[in-house]
Amino acid sequence: MLRKNTTPGKLIIVEGIDGSGKSTQIDLLYKWLHTQGRSVYFSEWNSSGLVKSTTKRAKKRKLFTPTTFSLLQCTDFADRWENRIFPMLKAGVIVLADRYAFTAFGRDVARGVDREWVRNLYSFAIQPDIALYFRVPLDVSVQRITGARATLKYYEAGMDLSLSESRIESFKLFQERILNEYDNMVNEFNLTVIDGNLTVQAQQRLVRGIVKQELDGWKGLPMPEVRPHSPFPVKIDTKKGKA
Amino acid sequence: MPEAKFYGAGFPYREIGDLPGKLIVLEGSDGVGRSTQIQLLRRWLEDEGFAVSDTGLKRSEITQQGLEAAQKGHTLGRITMALFYATDFADRLENQIIPALQAGFIVLSDRYSYSIMARDIIRGADPDWARKIYGFALKPDLVLYLKADVSDLISRLIHGRGLNYWESGRDIHPSNDLYDSFIDYQSELITLFNHLAEEFGFVTIDAGRPVMEVFTDLQNHIRDLLEDQRPILDEIF
Repeated sequence: MLRKNTTPGKLIIVEGIDGSGKSTQIDLLYKWLHTQGRSVYFSEWNSSGLVKSTTKRAKKRKLFTPTTFSLLQCTDFADRWENRIFPMLKAGVIVLADRYAFTAFGRDVARGVDREWVRNLYSFAIQPDIALYFRVPLDVSVQRITGARATLKYYEAGMDLSLSESRIESFKLFQERILNEYDNMVNEFNLTVIDGNLTVQAQQRLVRGIVKQELDGWKGLPMPEVRPHSPFPVKIDTKKGKA
Repeated sequence: MPEAKFYGAGFPYREIGDLPGKLIVLEGSDGVGRSTQIQLLRRWLEDEGFAVSDTGLKRSEITQQGLEAAQKGHTLGRITMALFYATDFADRLENQIIPALQAGFIVLSDRYSYSIMARDIIRGADPDWARKIYGFALKPDLVLYLKADVSDLISRLIHGRGLNYWESGRDIHPSNDLYDSFIDYQSELITLFNHLAEEFGFVTIDAGRPVMEVFTDLQNHIRDLLEDQRPILDEIF
């Protein structure tokens, strides 16, 4: 359902339920690639400047239904896609995305929209070169999220679904549905599963290994110059002739 | 419309039930006279004792501000605009149109998903993608397509509110001047609308005639639709 990547860029995305550790991993990956002198661009779910105020307002006033929630998030994604992600890929940049269409396929379907319908919405997007799915058991995720934050937000906890009066209970039931959707997407979209129970470093080792293999022999957009203030010396791989 | 029918999956998480109201859509180009006709129809139907609700693009509480702000800037991409409009439409459908139909109102919709779809397709969207977005769209009871030539539209707009950026498709037809853009863009839209009219079974109305003639035509079609709900005046007098 997603288009094949015919751009010279590389698209690497991370997915997983809240508290799966994916943002930590992609942050480390970003820094690692950057240090190597790669042209990298990072894009985060729900971060379009054009759509942000609309989303914020609608969340605050609880105006969303599952359909409008799904459509507005896709609008946000489309803005990032059209103005940033796609041009970057065409230029030969490595684009890292914290959450991608699969987040919508998980959450929106958990909210009750039609599976095929939401897949069509995102069909303008590209199948990532690497799609990493950080899988953690539900109780680990719940523990991480409730331990780190004072309160769960209304939509984050899936309160709009009226699954439970308790935010934590609602969050659990909502995440459980999303987890099921993710598990079904592993084959459908060729997601690479990473065990989110491993240590941060062990996970990062796996991630870097996968990325290194994908980038082997690939030349992206060169950096215009070696950055003078790089915290680490830039390693030149003479064999492949790239920085 | 006793039972709700959708173009696709509709709203699977929601029980819609019977819709005793009627959904009547007026479609057609910019400047074809839709809003004038809607005003006339509303007054007429209310005189006949029907409760009427009207709606039109960009009136959703969720998206109104954001979409208008986005259209004033220069970063609004085509896919983004398509989805912004879809959000607006979905919100009004779920929170305004369907509740009104459930309450037995006649809903007059100034444009519907077809207009948005047409503008998306003209802007290069995959036609299949654009159609499938509106799998949640309720099938109207009647779609009246006000058809006019570009020359009619020009005449109306020049003597009315003037030509504007989006209605002239300046984003996709950066011709030398606004006039040429308008002609090119609206001609393409009319051609596409004629196709959609066939595909979706619109009733085509010649809108190149005086307002009251067009209105009489619209009344006749709506009377046919409402024949099982005779106006109360007939019974009282």
